[in-house]
Amino acid sequence: MTPSSWPCPLPGGGTCEEFALQFDAGRSVRLLVVPALFDEGNRMRRFTVEVMRRLDAAGIDSFLPDFPGCNESLQALEAQDPTDWLDAMTAAARHFNAGHVLGIRGGCLFTPQRLPAFHYAPVKAASILRQMVRARILASREAGREENREQLAQIALADGIALAGYSLGADFYRQFEPMTADDDAVIVAQDRLGGSGLWLRAEPDENAAQADALAAILASALAS
Amino acid sequence: MPDETDLLLRRILTDVLGLKPGQADAFDADTGLFGHLPELDSMAVAGLLTELEDRLDIMIEDDEIDGEMLETYGGLLAFAEAKRGS
Repeated sequence: MTPSSWPCPLPGGGTCEEFALQFDAGRSVRLLVVPALFDEGNRMRRFTVEVMRRLDAAGIDSFLPDFPGCNESLQALEAQDPTDWLDAMTAAARHFNAGHVLGIRGGCLFTPQRLPAFHYAPVKAASILRQMVRARILASREAGREENREQLAQIALADGIALAGYSLGADFYRQFEPMTADDDAVIVAQDRLGGSGLWLRAEPDENAAQADALAAILASALAS
Repeated sequence: MPDETDLLLRRILTDVLGLKPGQADAFDADTGLFGHLPELDSMAVAGLLTELEDRLDIMIEDDEIDGEMLETYGGLLAFAEAKRGS
């Protein structure tokens, strides 16, 4: 596994370097991995990399880019919108010469359309937002402030909003909310991995058997 | 004999808290949850409630969520049972 970077397009033209983790031995099967989003991205990161290690052992190259504004990125998250993220993942796929793509959870919303895709436990954008809004309402209530969903949606659409520590711009919120994953991807549901999804964990956790199972499903599909 | 809601709730807490199988069997009505378990912060509680909605097939309104229902296992179970019965 090596840290790497790739030229991510900027909305106003030009590019900036963004971080990626890669297992690249110049092999023919090359998989772009689009990470889970926001808080789930943290909880799923170790699992994601563990799956990539197993794919490497199975002779498959893989690449895990950052979304601009997330993880190691120096871009401002509140300046992003979903089109930027789609463009970013498309550019990453091109840069790494990926022939297939795997989306993890909310990452399934941003798998480039031109590539054959696997979607692991895809989730609707509305479900992600619903949970983040709920977390904000709970945290505010604990701090003695009453907020409600309708009022927060209005603020989000007018000025953008910070949810669970993530600053989302108004454009991002508006365009992201109705997003659902493409129908033509191969869906890998959680029940094929055994046990419950690691995104449910209150603290980041790992599960070698689940990583084995997902890597085996991918390796077998990519070999055929 | 614990009822189905009780079993499902213990299973959901096992998944959210990453407990070992059987560990949630020791939960009783007074077992402390939100405010007692450091890992159960607002994001984790939001995830827990979403999972409750999915697996118990209920809808939880934000204004129904209060400290009392989340404070103990017994409180959360009573809430879930009332929701499923309504």
